[in-house]
Amino acid sequence: MIRERRGQAGSLESCDALVIVELSEEKKGILLELDSPSLLSYEEAMKSAVIETLCSLGVADALVKIQDRGSLDCTLRARVETAARRALAFQKHGGTI
Amino acid sequence: MKDFTLRRTSLYIPGNNPGMLVNAAVFGADSVIFDLEDAIPLAEKDSARILVRNALRSLRYPGVEVTVRVNSLSTPFGRADFEEIVPLGPSAFRLPKCERAADLREADELITELEGRSKIPAGSVKIIPIIETALGGSNLLEIARSSDRIVALNYGAEDYTADLGAVRTREGRELDDIRARTVMAARIAGVQALDSVFTDVNDSEGLFAEVVRIRELGFDGKSVIHPRQVAVVHRAFTPSDREISFAQRVLKAMEEAAVKNSGVLSLDGRMVDAPVVAKARKILALAEAGRGVKKEGTRHEE
Repeated sequence: MIRERRGQAGSLESCDALVIVELSEEKKGILLELDSPSLLSYEEAMKSAVIETLCSLGVADALVKIQDRGSLDCTLRARVETAARRALAFQKHGGTI
Repeated sequence: MKDFTLRRTSLYIPGNNPGMLVNAAVFGADSVIFDLEDAIPLAEKDSARILVRNALRSLRYPGVEVTVRVNSLSTPFGRADFEEIVPLGPSAFRLPKCERAADLREADELITELEGRSKIPAGSVKIIPIIETALGGSNLLEIARSSDRIVALNYGAEDYTADLGAVRTREGRELDDIRARTVMAARIAGVQALDSVFTDVNDSEGLFAEVVRIRELGFDGKSVIHPRQVAVVHRAFTPSDREISFAQRVLKAMEEAAVKNSGVLSLDGRMVDAPVVAKARKILALAEAGRGVKKEGTRHEE
C-alpha cells in the first residue's frame, strides 16, 4: 500500500490559493489540477511557478491540486512551497508529525 | 538620535494574509510590521514565514518602512525566521519578549552572521525590541544600549500588564510607569520611543486622546492594529497651529541671531536655547509629515 504523503497550505480567501501536494512514489511527473479565475491570462505563468517551486525542492513526482483565488505569483509560490515542504516532512517523519 | 525615520504609526499586518501583505503600502502608515509572531497560530508558522519571505523578495513598498516581527530566538521558530528573512534585508526586526541585553546581543550576532552570508551590508537590518514582561521593563536601559542596531524601543501593553497582573483600563493608568521609563531609556540611548497598541478599533476618540497624551510624554509613534487607526494617530501627532507658529518664529529668530552673530536669543521675552530649537525643528518635521504646513507656512484645512 502506498502511504499518503500529503501537504496542504493556503486558504480560499481572496488573493490566496489553497494548495494540496500529494507526493507520488510512481514516476509520473507532476500532475496539476489548477482552478483559477486567472487561467485565461496566466495559466502558463502559474504552471511555471508551480513546476519551478517543486523542482527547487527536489519534488519530481506529485499530484498538485490548486484552488486559486487571485493570488499573486509570490503568494502561489509560497503556498506550493509550504504544501510541498509539509508533504516532505510527513514523508521524512513517516507520518508521525 | 541615530535614526530619523518617521514612525508615527507602525501597522501590524498578519504574515499569513496575502491580501494585506500585497497592499501593505496603501494604508498610509509610516511603518508596517509583517507579523510572524502572535498573529500566527503555531501550525501556520512555516507558511507565514515563507509567504513574508516571498513578499519581501518580489514586492516593492514605496514610501513605507517594512519591518518584520519575528518569533523570539527562545522559541522553536525564531532561528528559522531569522535565517529566511534577514537575507531579504527588511528595514528592521521587531523582537518580542526582550528581557535582557543578552537576548539582543544573541539576535545581533545572528543577524550579523546572516548579513555576511547573504552579502547584504553589515548593520543594515535594524532592531526594535519589544518589552513585554516585568523583567524586560526593569532592564529597559541595558536593553536599549545593548546593540547599535537598535533604533527604537517599544513595549507590548497586553503582555506586559498580564505579566504584572495589572488591570487594563481605557485610560491606561496601569501603563504610566512603563511609558515614562520607555521614553527615558530611549532618550538616554538616543533612539525613538514607540507606544503599544490601542485595541478597540471602533473607539477613535479614545485612540486620539491616548495619542495626544503619549505625544506629550515624549513618544515618537504608536503601533496600530487596523488601517483605520492610521489617520487618527497621524492627526494626533500633527502639531497645533500654535505650536507650528511658535516653532517657525523660533527658527526665524535663530537665523536672525546668527546673522547678528549674537549668542543669546530671546523670543517674546523668553530665552531660546538649544533644546527649544531642537523641539521647534521636530515640531516642523512632524507638521510637514502630517501635511499640515504649506510651503509659505499656513495650515491646510482638513
